Amino acid sequence: MGDNKLSRKKRLFTIILKVLMVLSILITVALILWMIIFVLFKGLKDISWHFIVSKPSYINESIGIWPNIVNTIYIVFTTIIVVIPAGTAAAIYLNEYGKNKKLIKIIEYASETLSAIPSIIYGLVGMLIFSNNIGTSILAGCLTLVIMNLPTVMRTVQESLKTVPNSYREGAYALSAGKFRMITTVVIPGCIDGIVTSCILAIGRIISESAALIYTAGISNACKNYFSGLFSSGASLTVALYVYAKEQGEIQVGYQIAAILMILTFIINILTVKIASKLKKRRLS
Amino acid sequence: MKKNKIVENIAYIVFLIFGMLTIACVLLITVYLIVSGIPAIKEIGLINFLFGKKWASTAQEPSFGILPFILTSVYGTAAATVLAVPVGLLSSIYISRYANKKVRSVIESFINMLASIPSVVVGLIGMVVLVPTVAKVFRLSDGATLASAIVVLTIMILPNVIKVSVTSLDAVKKEYEDGSIALGATKEETIIKVTIPKAKSGIASAIVLAIGRAIGEAMAVVMVSGNVANMPTLFDSVRFLTTAISSEMSYASVGSLQRNALFSIALVLYVFIMLINAFLNIFLKKGQEN
Repeated sequence: MGDNKLSRKKRLFTIILKVLMVLSILITVALILWMIIFVLFKGLKDISWHFIVSKPSYINESIGIWPNIVNTIYIVFTTIIVVIPAGTAAAIYLNEYGKNKKLIKIIEYASETLSAIPSIIYGLVGMLIFSNNIGTSILAGCLTLVIMNLPTVMRTVQESLKTVPNSYREGAYALSAGKFRMITTVVIPGCIDGIVTSCILAIGRIISESAALIYTAGISNACKNYFSGLFSSGASLTVALYVYAKEQGEIQVGYQIAAILMILTFIINILTVKIASKLKKRRLS
Repeated sequence: MKKNKIVENIAYIVFLIFGMLTIACVLLITVYLIVSGIPAIKEIGLINFLFGKKWASTAQEPSFGILPFILTSVYGTAAATVLAVPVGLLSSIYISRYANKKVRSVIESFINMLASIPSVVVGLIGMVVLVPTVAKVFRLSDGATLASAIVVLTIMILPNVIKVSVTSLDAVKKEYEDGSIALGATKEETIIKVTIPKAKSGIASAIVLAIGRAIGEAMAVVMVSGNVANMPTLFDSVRFLTTAISSEMSYASVGSLQRNALFSIALVLYVFIMLINAFLNIFLKKGQEN
């Protein structure tokens, strides 16, 4: 039974399909590789330390992105400390308390809906709900991002809750622990991997978000300490990239910020893979 | 004992509240969009708003027809999907059925990377590389056109198509394929006639997810589409539903009809997304029944 026994038509079909497949995968990979190299090359070519650690100054006519880096850190930190507990608690409700199947279905449908809503709509609604009440501020942006990331965190933690063996829960009950005590001593430590994973996923999404932030957190480049920064407008790195490159025509600054964002994305991707493989090992052992 | 019971009850209520949080958020978003989107539609008239061909929000006699935006979004999304699905599907077959373990993990990490590149970065690359190229190749005065936006959208939805398709192809049981091969079919015939039909609903949901992502993309598109409210043609500068919102939001004055009309556009976009989401659920349900 060799290939020569197949009819010519079949062989042609096989070859065409294989060629198309290899072509598609090559185009995809080449495209990604080119994008990464292009951005890194253009952005890192003449990036200076001064550009990273200084503020933009009209007097020196220089641009620095330190305020944007600081704002991004504020935004990531604030969003994470709100969304992780909230999402974890929601996941615990779904997995440990929820008995009403219909209600759980509705909650899951709601979470799917949230993850399907485009970020520009989050931006608008965040502006209406938060910015109109507490002003255009980093806090308003963070609260918007909390809603955006809630479904991701909830689903990731829920997946890891499902892997906590029921015998652990029964063991805790047998030692006469109440449900709440069982949750704090057995369930939460058991889903710590899910919490860490969801943390990294959320950080990745927050760093790359722009449309939801531009109308909620604004485009200011002021550099403030955490508590006053929280209540004033501040542009993240992505928003700064957009404003510099699109509205002010500073393409070179755009490249440099893009290169920094690319490196951050790369680090987060590596972390995700590392943690996923570590958890797999632990689960198998 | 009594104290314990109080703690338990409080814990239950707290977890219940957090459990309801997603529902509350969806309701909040829906209510806010409807309340702020309806007034302008009422003033303009639903038919005039949805099917009006002219958008001139700042003219002396302003007109607010969003048909150009709707059509641009529909055409742009459809074209990007048509381009991304064959490439994505073929790539995912390769990843799932041909690549060895090492090659697969390398390719997958590239695709994850593409999926997580911020949309403004993709937009920047489109703006400085794609737009001039389109202008040169098609001899246009400005390359910021629907065509450039379609290319950018294709690149952005490609990883989504690939990832979901790979998952659904991986889930097809090997027994089905073995049966087909035992009957004398080649590996390629088996993939076309057995594997893909089995993974149908997963692939369908990959496509629907990609459509949802494409129709909602704003920042990357606004950087390459030129942003003029034309009826869509391939080589003209256009506005999408998303970019129509983002391009005027920053200067429309509070309470004006212009600003309210922007919220109405958001409402229309939201309705689109809800419809897509409903379709997605139908496909997912079908997949579970299989």
